[in-house]
Amino acid sequence: MIAELGLAALWLAAALAALQLLGGAVALMRGEAEPLAALVRPAAQVQALLCAIAFAALLYLFAVTDLSVALVADNSHSAKPAIFKLAGTWGNHEGSMLLWITVMALAGGLIAWVEHRLPERTLLATLAAQAFVGLGFYAFLLVSSNPFARAVPAPPEGAGLNPLLQDIGLALHPPVLYCGYVGLSVAFSFAVGALLTREVTPAFARVMRPWVLGAWVALTLGITAGSYWAYYELGWGGWWFWDPVENASLMPWLAATALLHSAGVLAARDALRTWTLMLGVVAFSMSMIGTFLVRSGILTSVHAFAVDPERGTFILALLTLYIGGALALFALRAGTVAEGERFAAVSREGGLVINNVALSAILGIVLLGTLYPLLTEALGFRVSVGPPYFNPMGAIFFLPMMAVLAIGPLLRWRQDRLARVRWQMVAVAAAFAAALLAAWLLAGIALLPLLGMALAAAVAVGSVLPLARRRLTRAPLTLWGMVLAHLGVAVAVFGMAADSAFTTERLVALRTGEQTSVGPWQVTLAGVEPVAGPNWTALSATLQVAYAGGASVPIEPQARSFWAPAQQTSESALLTRWNGQLYAVVGGQAPGDGAERWQLRLWWKPFVTCIWYGGGLIALGGLLALIGHVVGDLRRRRRWREARA
Amino acid sequence: MTALKAKHQRLVLVIVALAALIGAGLLAAWALRNQASYFYVPSAMVDDPPATGQAVRLGGMVQEGSLQTAADGVTVRFVVGDGQARVPVQFSGIVPDLFVEGSGVVAEGALRADGTFLATNLLAKHDENYMPRELQDMSPAEARETVAETQE
Amino acid sequence: MIRWRLWLWLPLLAIALLFGLFALQLSRPKDEFVRSALIGQPLPTFSLKPALPGQPPLANTDFADGKPRLLNVFASWCVPCAAEAPQLAALQAGGAEIVAVAIRDTPDDVAAFLDAYGNPFSRIGADPYSQLQIALGSSGVPETFVIDGTGVIRHQHIGDIRAEDVPRLLDELREAGE
Repeated sequence: MIAELGLAALWLAAALAALQLLGGAVALMRGEAEPLAALVRPAAQVQALLCAIAFAALLYLFAVTDLSVALVADNSHSAKPAIFKLAGTWGNHEGSMLLWITVMALAGGLIAWVEHRLPERTLLATLAAQAFVGLGFYAFLLVSSNPFARAVPAPPEGAGLNPLLQDIGLALHPPVLYCGYVGLSVAFSFAVGALLTREVTPAFARVMRPWVLGAWVALTLGITAGSYWAYYELGWGGWWFWDPVENASLMPWLAATALLHSAGVLAARDALRTWTLMLGVVAFSMSMIGTFLVRSGILTSVHAFAVDPERGTFILALLTLYIGGALALFALRAGTVAEGERFAAVSREGGLVINNVALSAILGIVLLGTLYPLLTEALGFRVSVGPPYFNPMGAIFFLPMMAVLAIGPLLRWRQDRLARVRWQMVAVAAAFAAALLAAWLLAGIALLPLLGMALAAAVAVGSVLPLARRRLTRAPLTLWGMVLAHLGVAVAVFGMAADSAFTTERLVALRTGEQTSVGPWQVTLAGVEPVAGPNWTALSATLQVAYAGGASVPIEPQARSFWAPAQQTSESALLTRWNGQLYAVVGGQAPGDGAERWQLRLWWKPFVTCIWYGGGLIALGGLLALIGHVVGDLRRRRRWREARA
Repeated sequence: MTALKAKHQRLVLVIVALAALIGAGLLAAWALRNQASYFYVPSAMVDDPPATGQAVRLGGMVQEGSLQTAADGVTVRFVVGDGQARVPVQFSGIVPDLFVEGSGVVAEGALRADGTFLATNLLAKHDENYMPRELQDMSPAEARETVAETQE
Repeated sequence: MIRWRLWLWLPLLAIALLFGLFALQLSRPKDEFVRSALIGQPLPTFSLKPALPGQPPLANTDFADGKPRLLNVFASWCVPCAAEAPQLAALQAGGAEIVAVAIRDTPDDVAAFLDAYGNPFSRIGADPYSQLQIALGSSGVPETFVIDGTGVIRHQHIGDIRAEDVPRLLDELREAGE
């Protein structure tokens, strides 16, 4: 019964989305006074409610393990822990599609409910655009992947106890990512709405900004967590591999970062109108293209992922409709959008333009590098593109952007003189020079990490300077957000530079009882033992490790052999200190010689953890700014109501 | 600010931004030609070797009797062949589980001046099985249904 | 101003090229299969223990009795192997004798697999370290080889056997017997 209720709710929601699109279209052509137009807001709200009901129904079916529903029977098991039963709801294709459409409908309902700052026609056009995007997903869900289909006859027990999903991180990853993508889809809808009515105003940017910020925070968290996962799970000692799956998550983040900053300019100064519209379309496009690349399997990746060419074809069709349509609209309309306010080259806007150009250039470089293997494959030869391309090419634009980031936030809007901020510039330059000198004297390191470290110091100093000579308790939350996020960039870049400059690696074959060293660590192989798990066997090495002559601590890396499916993985062992991580991987027995020697790979990675702390700081800064903007909006709204009453 | 100056300023902004983006594209195209790592089989590598130090991939079979482990226990030397040509390979690190003589291998690395291929990473080739990746985590019963569905 | 408008079409053009590339790649099937170099050559010499205790073992000499056979390379942990079970049963019903090699498997798992999906095999050899698989030039599971009555490999089928492959394999088997 519950399953039928959920399905009915979903069909009704789809019908309301169609009504929402129709009403928006009527409002656009004949004005918002038409009776159909008045139905748009209620349609969006009821649609959100219906989707929530449908999703709650599926959650309930998974919670009670109703095996008469095919999806539950295929993906759950009565013996699963409760939290993973719930996570199983979105741990499959149909459920994840329902989650996506639900988050999107909730976002639409919220906009329809609270948003009164835009001209009504623009808002209705926005909701229509959102319904248009949503309808494609409803069609897919209802026609080809019904989550509520019954299994006849009902099996006695569920089949799937998907071991991969029994990991709390992996259970939470998709919802976080979807929040990011949906936030960008809202920005996309606002951009399309603004293009349709040519209403590109600061109010438009202010309305769009919280959604972009929310999406950006979610994407930042997703990338940071994904990077740490690859770091400890793959056992290769690296934290970023420029793998297609990683690039697919990075590209929407780059576009969202650019959009966030250009929307800031539009909100504060009414400049960069066309550019912000363009980025609104591009950011969502990148998240869809990323999803397409990952899901269609046209690029191969080290991260195992569900791949299905037919779903790929469907996503591509949707992409063509949405992105092609939006860009065609952009080409037709952007030329007629009135020109925004002007500004001088040396100004806050000027700095943000450099930020946007650099981010776009990096986005282009990542996109080209990711797609190049695809292009050459079409021409008949196979290549792979890796760090030797991405690292220096990205740095060419990233490092100058860091330099501007240190000073830009100190400049005034519209027009400024560098002479006005000369003392701050001196402070930033001093930090840069000191770090450069220190890093160079301490260790002769390569150019990129050297520059990275010096610029990290400069940005760290520059990022907190906007707080100087302010009462910290009175500084607005949005300012704190900006400062923390920029500081996070400095911390993360410092971590990356330190990892690449100071990491020491040791590759040895040891007998039991033998000793080696890596960096300041003394490592003794205490023993190697076989261990067995549910579907794997492993060699587990016990290493006694001591930091700089201190007390020794045991760590236990494993080499696991799975037989279903057959593959070998390294369970790395990590030991974290405040100043870095010791990373140990055990291989097999050294081949060839008869003596019992075991291959070990050890890394001492000073300050590598700063990479993820920095990512966390960036997300926290984004969250503070989001809260600041929302609280500010609510306060203005209350004042406006009081003034009217 | 005069109107003329304003128009001028907007144009300059657009031109600078476009120049940077086109520059990025050209730079990327140039770097891709040089940095993409191309896939070679041994006979191609012998006939038309890549530049020394350029990152490439070498794929072929590990020749029987060619696998030697150095005294340090972590460096291996072997010969990769494709039936026509042979390339000596050296690799330091933890070799993949299924890496044995006679198996297929893809080595990532670069050719040294002495003609030895210095591998930085080895990918054993024959541990793949022919299943769509999404089926990997399914139980056989589920997978059977899924396969049956896709066959319809 | 006209030129400015033309610039605005550039993103659309770029995305159209991109999607054209995607569509091209989606439309062409990926053939990353590695063909065995041994087709037309005799089986390598091997002698495998039985995959199930008490059952007959498998050696290359078992193929030299003049009768063509199918050699199925499978594993209990391999999902497509389960999916092709009905097709193997159909082949057996069509008169084919099928022998098998279980790759990297355990007797318990093989027994459970055969209980669940049926046992169309006359002999099953155990290849716990993929040695025969590598020697055969097989690069994954499942694969099915057509072996003629003198022990020469005639045909290699890569991946799971679909219903439409059954008549073709029976034809190959008949040809191998002539």
